[in-house]
Amino acid sequence: MTPTLAGLPLTAVVPPLAAINWHSFFFLLFASIACGFAVAVVTATNVVRMALYLVLSLAATAGLFLLAGAEFVGAMQLMIYVGGTLVLLVFGVMLTAQAPFVSIATSGGDRVLAGVVGAALLGALLMAGLSVPAWRAPASGKLAEPAATPLGMALVGVRVDEPAANAPEKAVRPGYLLPFEIISIHLLVVLVGAAYLARAKRRKTPRAIDVAASVEPPASVAEHAAIGRGPAGAGSVLAGGPALTGGPR
Amino acid sequence: MVDFLTSLGLSGLLAWTIAAIVSAVLVLNVIAGGALAFIWAERKVSARIQDRLGPTRTGGRFGWLQSVADGIKLLAKEDLMPEGADGLLFRLAPYVSFCASFCAFIALPFAFDVVGQRLNVAVFFVVAVLGLEVFGVILAGYASASKWSLFGAMREAAQVVSYEVPLGMCVVVPVMLAGSMDMVTIGEKQAGWFWNWYLFHDPFTFVVFWVYVTCAVASVNRAPFDLAEAESELVAGFHTEYSGLRWSYFFMAEYGSMFLVSAMAAVLFLGGWNGPIPVATLVGLSEGTGDTAPYLVRLLGLANLIGKASLGVIIMMWIRWTLPRLRIDQVMTTCLKYCTPIAAVMFAGAMLWQIILPGGLMPGVGRPGGEIREGWLEGPGGRAAVKPVAEGEKVARATREATP
Repeated sequence: MTPTLAGLPLTAVVPPLAAINWHSFFFLLFASIACGFAVAVVTATNVVRMALYLVLSLAATAGLFLLAGAEFVGAMQLMIYVGGTLVLLVFGVMLTAQAPFVSIATSGGDRVLAGVVGAALLGALLMAGLSVPAWRAPASGKLAEPAATPLGMALVGVRVDEPAANAPEKAVRPGYLLPFEIISIHLLVVLVGAAYLARAKRRKTPRAIDVAASVEPPASVAEHAAIGRGPAGAGSVLAGGPALTGGPR
Repeated sequence: MVDFLTSLGLSGLLAWTIAAIVSAVLVLNVIAGGALAFIWAERKVSARIQDRLGPTRTGGRFGWLQSVADGIKLLAKEDLMPEGADGLLFRLAPYVSFCASFCAFIALPFAFDVVGQRLNVAVFFVVAVLGLEVFGVILAGYASASKWSLFGAMREAAQVVSYEVPLGMCVVVPVMLAGSMDMVTIGEKQAGWFWNWYLFHDPFTFVVFWVYVTCAVASVNRAPFDLAEAESELVAGFHTEYSGLRWSYFFMAEYGSMFLVSAMAAVLFLGGWNGPIPVATLVGLSEGTGDTAPYLVRLLGLANLIGKASLGVIIMMWIRWTLPRLRIDQVMTTCLKYCTPIAAVMFAGAMLWQIILPGGLMPGVGRPGGEIREGWLEGPGGRAAVKPVAEGEKVARATREATP
């Protein structure tokens, strides 16, 4: 049974829509958004607008990942990069808060230097990308079922998706446990270091210079600073400006 | 739906696009219609708590049309922008907030398989997108060129980014119990009577639920965590300079997010679309039998989920009109000194409970499908057709060996 609309078969009414390859359409859409806003980041002069363009560019990249069926990577992109830009934005606003809407002008020499470095990086990446034989072959159309479980299993050390070749049935290849742990320890060290550097300093014997400048902060402010300078990233957002974020108390 | 459209003779991708548009419009109406209903409810709830009557005349005895009247007023208001404002960002900010709230709904299941796009990592996706809402708030606060707005935006940024940490830890617990980040799977694993809900899974999940509630209230900026719009100190915080329709976008985003975190609490901890009493199963309906039964069951599930989520929103209103606002240092103390450690300990506890007592305290009272993992839904049989992951692996391995 062919459904009709105004006497014509439905497929005859909407051939232009049906003819479009929607996958390519969305790929081009997201790719052009990502590239366009990446250029806008470079050309913009206001730090908050730059951050906005960066977020849009990164979000479009996340859209590309989602389009490719890599939902976990796409969500990760949103969580880490876009969320990270958020913190960047907060710092940007705080550092330029003395004079609002400061415009940052780039000198000509910087532009040339940045262009050279960027082109070199792009060239290196393209060469590296094109040198992988598997990436040059046309897509086989065979998609792995997207699932987060194999990824999680691989992170805790078991590759359930790719058993080792020539291995007995039960044996599985080791996963990414070691790199995962190395990164975890690295992050932990960074967090501890940040907390140590930003902690509220208390001295038992005040030095002369401290006594000279000793306007003892009220207990609540010191406590607030201690909390604000905690290791949780967002806490350090506060650390730069307790007066700003504290507001009228 | 895609199958239906394909049967009409449309090409696959066009059918997908039309289905996507229909889903998007439906979700949009959930947010917009929900905001209308919840704003009315907020007026009535706050009035009752303060021993008033609230709206009584607009549109009948209970003031049903108060939200519509509000909407017309907002449409008719003059759209002002401060002279020193950054025009582009000022105009864009409300839509950024609204879009973030809207996008998160795409992955939220409203009943069994009634979901805009069933994502394998739905929980993670929703949490990630929900965190973007604050971006619009920061843009608004910065672009308004007003110190009150900037104060509000900074507070909001600090608060939301901090509360993402304990919120993530709370969300991980049901994910761990279900063995999946797919919200449809998580909801379906709590099918049956209410003691199958993850809220009652073990003492640790019970505590985690309340930590989640705290963090959810904080992450959507509701009182007592509404420092970003503390009207006694900051005029109206980040939306001081907004009026008219743009302002209402912020409000729609806020009520959308409230509904979203409540629905997420329902799916993760309160059984999702499975009612406290499995009425459909007792009557003999199931998702797989007959022509109309699946739709009836899903309609029932829809009512269940929306009811639970609305109850969550009402509870948020109750909290808002009961508790005083916290100071910023108290907000940070609550997050870093209480919520995060409690969530971490409860996460470890729930994990140990799973290892030591995998069957629960009463092993006889069976939970649905102990070994269900992703890809376990096969055919129309729904949860009857359980496919353990090991079998799927065997099949995959067999096919891999078969193909040279």
